[in-house]
Amino acid sequence: MSSNAAVISVRDLVVGFGGVTVLDHASLDVFDGEVLGFVGGSGAGKSVLMRAIIGLLPRRHGTIEVFGTDPALADEDQRRSIEQRWGVLFQQGALFSSLTALQNVQFPMREYLKLSPRLMEEIAAAKLEMVGLGPDVHEKFPAELSGGMVKRVALARALALDPDIVFLDEPTSGLDPIGAAEFDQLIRTLQRTLGLSVFMVTHDLDSLHAVCDRIAVLSEGKVIATGSIETMLASEHPWLKSYFQGNRGRQIAHRVQH
Amino acid sequence: MSAAALDATADGTSVALTATGAWTVERAAELERIVDAAARRYQATPSIDIDLAKLERLDTFGAWLIERLKRTLIAAGATARIVGLSDSDRGLIEELRLVNQAPAQRHARPNPAVAALDGIGRAVAEMGWSLVLIAHLLGALTAAALRTIAHPTRLRLTSIVHHLERVGWRAVPIILLSTFVIGAILAQQGIFRFRSFGADIYVVDMVSVLVLREVGVLIVCVMVAGRSGSAYTAELGAMKMREEIDALRTMGLDPIEVLVLPRVIALVIAVPLLTFLGSMAALYGAGLVCWLYGGMAPEIFLERLREAIWLPTFEVGMIKAPFMALTIGLVACVEGFEVDGSAASLGQRTTASVVKSIFLVIALDGLFAMFFAGIGM
Repeated sequence: MSSNAAVISVRDLVVGFGGVTVLDHASLDVFDGEVLGFVGGSGAGKSVLMRAIIGLLPRRHGTIEVFGTDPALADEDQRRSIEQRWGVLFQQGALFSSLTALQNVQFPMREYLKLSPRLMEEIAAAKLEMVGLGPDVHEKFPAELSGGMVKRVALARALALDPDIVFLDEPTSGLDPIGAAEFDQLIRTLQRTLGLSVFMVTHDLDSLHAVCDRIAVLSEGKVIATGSIETMLASEHPWLKSYFQGNRGRQIAHRVQH
Repeated sequence: MSAAALDATADGTSVALTATGAWTVERAAELERIVDAAARRYQATPSIDIDLAKLERLDTFGAWLIERLKRTLIAAGATARIVGLSDSDRGLIEELRLVNQAPAQRHARPNPAVAALDGIGRAVAEMGWSLVLIAHLLGALTAAALRTIAHPTRLRLTSIVHHLERVGWRAVPIILLSTFVIGAILAQQGIFRFRSFGADIYVVDMVSVLVLREVGVLIVCVMVAGRSGSAYTAELGAMKMREEIDALRTMGLDPIEVLVLPRVIALVIAVPLLTFLGSMAALYGAGLVCWLYGGMAPEIFLERLREAIWLPTFEVGMIKAPFMALTIGLVACVEGFEVDGSAASLGQRTTASVVKSIFLVIALDGLFAMFFAGIGM
């Protein structure tokens, strides 16, 4: 599945706020066509790393390369072309509350492409249908949608420009187990159909098991381990042990063995 | 990456369309034209093969346009097939074969005249409704206040002091400055006009009565509505959006008692104090201008002030202040609770809060003017 080309490569990244250093020389690669699950304790800085990569947080040290270019050093045109090639699903969806579901999905197209209104509408409807939402939600505003639907619309918006990478910040948090499993499946299907690379911040062990090709673990500001779920389960590192082999982890381990 | 194209080879009654290049998002606009042209040109052809074997890249945009071409041709009565599909593109084409099958729901645009009437009707109904909501909140607030009087320990003193600091203490500098300037301007204009009648001294009468009865309290209320009323609406609205108000309710707490009562009490205390300070600053400004611009010695100004005003002049302004504060607080909280999920509605409600409270304060001032005239104050 994954070839050797790294679409994202982070080296020696240091990010901090005031006197607190959240990321302390963290390094990480995301390879083309893989789903990378990114785990770590609450407050370990998973979202911080994601936000640093997509340029929402300034860094103190280190390099970040996306498609071989550092977005922070790129000129405006280069940065825009990188931004068109990634999609971001924020933890709370971050849908524009004054736009309908369909308009939310159309928004990036409207901003970046010169398409006919008909084509935009058809593509947006198609994207919504690909994430499992029918025409009945087109005219609904985010406030009228359930939590799971908001996440789906947000995913459709993240995919609006057919990006090469999508960043997912805890995509299954706040969903019931059935909804979460469906969402995992959806991510997997879309990733295969569209050939995406996925960077997924998650706490959900089921997601890690179901979707991720590789897992990276963040602890104390560093990426302490990367590898498949089997590698993680076999690891003797105390934090990994308690994370993957705690009560919840053991059930996953059980499933992996059988 | 070569340019995207659709090459046609005719073979008797059938046509083979070969898609080449990258059918991706960057070329979507160009591809749409190509596809539409092909659909028009070959709609009478009985059999069409769309060959994708030579595609370099395909994404959702390209795949949808191919699917759309196929559907248009089939709808025109042709037999259209997609051939030469590579394994990597198969999933995408399959996925898009399933989408947009339901007929698009067209939303009929209403007649503009009807829409205009509809808008007016809604605005009028909304105005009436907001008065009902204000009355409703006033009732709920009174009930909460009575409950608090019965159980004084339930009074949220910390919250009141906190809001008092925000809407009272921190408003002092800007209130002092603006009322000072207003007083100065009134005096300057008065001196300028009255001088031609040789009636300079009556500037003191005009400024003092105007400031103490009307202008002081009105300026303060306008400032407070803009400064604190809007903040109340935005806070409560954001809390409503984030379900904080529902959380309070489920814990058995009354949002009126917890959120509205302390805010309104703080306003009712702060506005009269600010009115007093503002009126004094305006008189000070007026006195200073009379002295420096009008050449009227401060002693003469004060002497004239004593003759021009009596206690009721001051009382009229001060009596109005708490009622106006109550109006501002009620309107701000009503609008805050009316915010629904969207960011736009938060903005609309905050605007509505300021506009309505300023208008109601002025309307209330008119009622008070009639009332005080009636009782001879």
